[in-house]
Amino acid sequence: MNFIPPDFAPASSEIFMLIMVCVVMLADLAAGDNRRYVAYLLTQISLLGCAILTYVSFSTETVQTFHGMFVDDAMADILKLMIFGTVSAVLVYSYSYITDRGMLRGEFFSLILFATLGMMVMISASHFLTLYIGLELLSLSLYALVALRRDSVVATEAAMKFFILGALASGFLLYGMSLVYGATGTLHISQLAQVIQSGASSKEVLVVGLVFIVAGIGFKLSTVPFHMWAPDVYQGAPTAVTLFIGSAPKFAAFGFVMRLLIEGMGEMVSDWQGMLVILAVMSMAVGNIAAIAQSNIKRMLAYSTISHMGFLLLGFISADSNGYSSALFYVIAYVLMTLGTFAMIMLLCREGFEAENIDDFKGLSKRNPWYAFITLLFMLSLAGIPPMIGFYAKFAVLQAVVNAGFVWLAVVAVLFSLIGAFYYLRIIKLMYFDEPETNEPILPNSDVKILFSANGLAILALGIFPQALMGLSLFAIQNSM
Amino acid sequence: MSFEFPLLSLIIWLPILFGIAVFVTGSDLNAQLARWIALVGSILGFLVAIPLCTNFDAATGAMQFVENHVWFERFNVNYHLGVDGISMPLILLNCFITPLVIVAGWEVIKERVSQYMGAFLVMSGIVNGVFASLDAILFYVFWEASLIPMFLIIGIWGGPNRVYAAVKFFLYTLMGSLLMLIAFIYLYQASEGSFSIEEYHKLAIPMTPQILIFIAFLLAFAVKVPMWPVHTWLPDAHVEAPTGGSVVLAAILLKLGGYGFLRFSLPIAPDASQYLATMMIVLSLVAVVYIGLIALMQVDMKKLIAYSSVAHMGFVTLGFFLLNAYGIEGAMVQMISHGFISGAMFLCVGVLYDRLHSRQIADYGGVVNRMPVFAAFFMLFSMANAGLPGTSGFVGEFMVIMSAVQVSFWYAFLAATTLIFGAAYTLWMYKRVIFGAVASPAVESLQDISKREFVLLLILAISVLWIGVYPFPLTEVMHTTVEQLLVHVSSSKL
Repeated sequence: MNFIPPDFAPASSEIFMLIMVCVVMLADLAAGDNRRYVAYLLTQISLLGCAILTYVSFSTETVQTFHGMFVDDAMADILKLMIFGTVSAVLVYSYSYITDRGMLRGEFFSLILFATLGMMVMISASHFLTLYIGLELLSLSLYALVALRRDSVVATEAAMKFFILGALASGFLLYGMSLVYGATGTLHISQLAQVIQSGASSKEVLVVGLVFIVAGIGFKLSTVPFHMWAPDVYQGAPTAVTLFIGSAPKFAAFGFVMRLLIEGMGEMVSDWQGMLVILAVMSMAVGNIAAIAQSNIKRMLAYSTISHMGFLLLGFISADSNGYSSALFYVIAYVLMTLGTFAMIMLLCREGFEAENIDDFKGLSKRNPWYAFITLLFMLSLAGIPPMIGFYAKFAVLQAVVNAGFVWLAVVAVLFSLIGAFYYLRIIKLMYFDEPETNEPILPNSDVKILFSANGLAILALGIFPQALMGLSLFAIQNSM
Repeated sequence: MSFEFPLLSLIIWLPILFGIAVFVTGSDLNAQLARWIALVGSILGFLVAIPLCTNFDAATGAMQFVENHVWFERFNVNYHLGVDGISMPLILLNCFITPLVIVAGWEVIKERVSQYMGAFLVMSGIVNGVFASLDAILFYVFWEASLIPMFLIIGIWGGPNRVYAAVKFFLYTLMGSLLMLIAFIYLYQASEGSFSIEEYHKLAIPMTPQILIFIAFLLAFAVKVPMWPVHTWLPDAHVEAPTGGSVVLAAILLKLGGYGFLRFSLPIAPDASQYLATMMIVLSLVAVVYIGLIALMQVDMKKLIAYSSVAHMGFVTLGFFLLNAYGIEGAMVQMISHGFISGAMFLCVGVLYDRLHSRQIADYGGVVNRMPVFAAFFMLFSMANAGLPGTSGFVGEFMVIMSAVQVSFWYAFLAATTLIFGAAYTLWMYKRVIFGAVASPAVESLQDISKREFVLLLILAISVLWIGVYPFPLTEVMHTTVEQLLVHVSSSKL
């Protein structure tokens, strides 16, 4: 029996990433305490390298390799490119924050790269096992990242909570997968769809399995009632890590839902549609209402994430490429906004001072009108006010929901986003209407300054010309369905 | 008439660009520069709007100065602009008010001048965009965007309770408009993928969705007008806003709601409009009578004028839902005239407030002894507010009452009570503030209006008298469009 090596080319960026993680670890070991920036630069280079590899090999064809366990299609490539860009921006934003807090070490970068690799594997999975491996690689790296400041009690507590609940969710997911395997006899996502379509499998077992899978998804997306970890982790983790958790993994989560629910179990839409509706409505309700009561900005943004993830799920409910592309557009818009918001929180942090309370935004427009203006754009965008991109994201999703015949759901969604507007307005109020409590100047590095301004203006510019991103989302979905 | 030059785009974007230029001047060290750029920008904004009027063809009900480009094809949204006899006067009104507001804030605003002036210019452009949009999403974007500068204006330069007022203003208006967005998305499905407002006018819709669409629009526009019982944000916003903010709010932003009824509710849901007309008339009459009585009891001048605005706007919605040409034209005249009169009234209160920092009627008395010129202007505007013949306030009210008589005597009777209540609350306030003995040493020390204030009030006074004596140019412009609108409304779309 001959061993036929699989085609490695579609996974070239993953392989490159794995090599680079090892390089970063070793290089940091050799560089010593005075040259920690080496790891930082190498990390940025590996992200750039991965992006180039992905971009060069980009094609609209769907290629499967490793005996159908790994898939490379347009959606995967576009999501990966988004992730590389996001992670790179995260690193630029967090560099001075982690330097001030003694976290500028090889571990930080290699964990982030491992998490990135996990996301890439998840997105490209066409087999339940690949999907699970990617998910665990991501999750375990995130647990470790949260606990990276081991002398901080809140961070440790958050990491414990994250780990225990995350392990539980993984268990759910595995159990659901095993039930689905029992019913259909396959773990290949594409074969799974065929078996379900043929009707040869036991519907009861499948639905029970589906419930567990949706619960697992609910946890990873932090939707109610599986959201408990999010506020604690967002609050407890160092802000740089919160920024990471809040941004790039959302792309992976989107890919995860697409692979599992849409490609694998798309035939069972009538079964999961109802579950997603419940998750979405509860998330929007709990997220938006609980956010009002928060005085900790990171906690508030955690609840805001929960509500946004509920909104995101609405995009899947319509179960057509129009809806999925709206959801993808929503994720892109959401990540852009989250990046900037957490970056602003880190800008407000100084050595020995953590900006944690929403009161730290007081009088920002007097301390620094430009940053206040950029933050204003982020807040309006999160609230879904045109002409910011957040509005078009909401609009696209609502359009998909109405298209699917759920007008009442669209009404519920806008009512909750009205409630949501209140706490974003409160931040604007603090920045513009209140007097500053401190006159400490905000002095970021020039790369942060440029990136932050570009990030904010992108929110506005992409809102005035939304076609590019909308077209890209539609392109990604249509070429991989 | 074909007009190749993108005039409407210029009218929208010129003030916005100048507004950005004003923002760029930055700190208060450059305050004088910011003021001058703002003034030049606003005057240019008015000048470029004049060709809109002179080249307007009143004989056609079709859209004019049309511009149509693809904006984003993913949802078939177009950058589609055009004006007709309803929107053109409102755009002119807006361009006319903006320089006045800039001048009104000239010396009064000392903090964050560039942000203040810039916000007004940007808002002026955005509001022009609302009136000129022929694409529902473009309309919606301008509509919501107009909230942002006003929110900041109230919140930053407003009175003591400004945060509450600003947030209330924002959330109230957002609530209404979000439902309108759902209605637009529904219409997009129903029209098989179009956001063109003119397409919607031709679209056949069954009765139940029509009523739901009407209600969604109603919530958006009723909050903006504001109609009873969703008017409560207005007195708060007015009282807390700086003078310029109050002027723009009353003169321009309230008109957005009225405009919405004419552009969306009536032609898109005509059957629902007829079906619910009685309800709308009753709501309007409640606003006219009940809010008139409330205005009588106010001790704060700004609040009194705010309530009088609600009552006057009640006349506007009354005129719309009488569903005949006189009513709608009268309501339109009333909107324009209310723009001048309420703007002038708020400026007058602003003049007093700048001097004494009080809006309480009780703090004044005998102002005429110290400020005779001001008293004369204030007299004219108060009379106009009360609907005295010869001023613009009379024309609109008279036309609406005439048309109400054709529908029902009792509607006309109740509507006519406004002439009594309006006179009562306005003139009683005038008497208490202006006449009588000099109330306090503070009043004794008042200076009469400056040249700047004199010019402002003079311009407004001329406008009020001009429309009062010779409203024909105004009604002529809108006549054909209103006729066409009524054809839409009277033909069933079931």
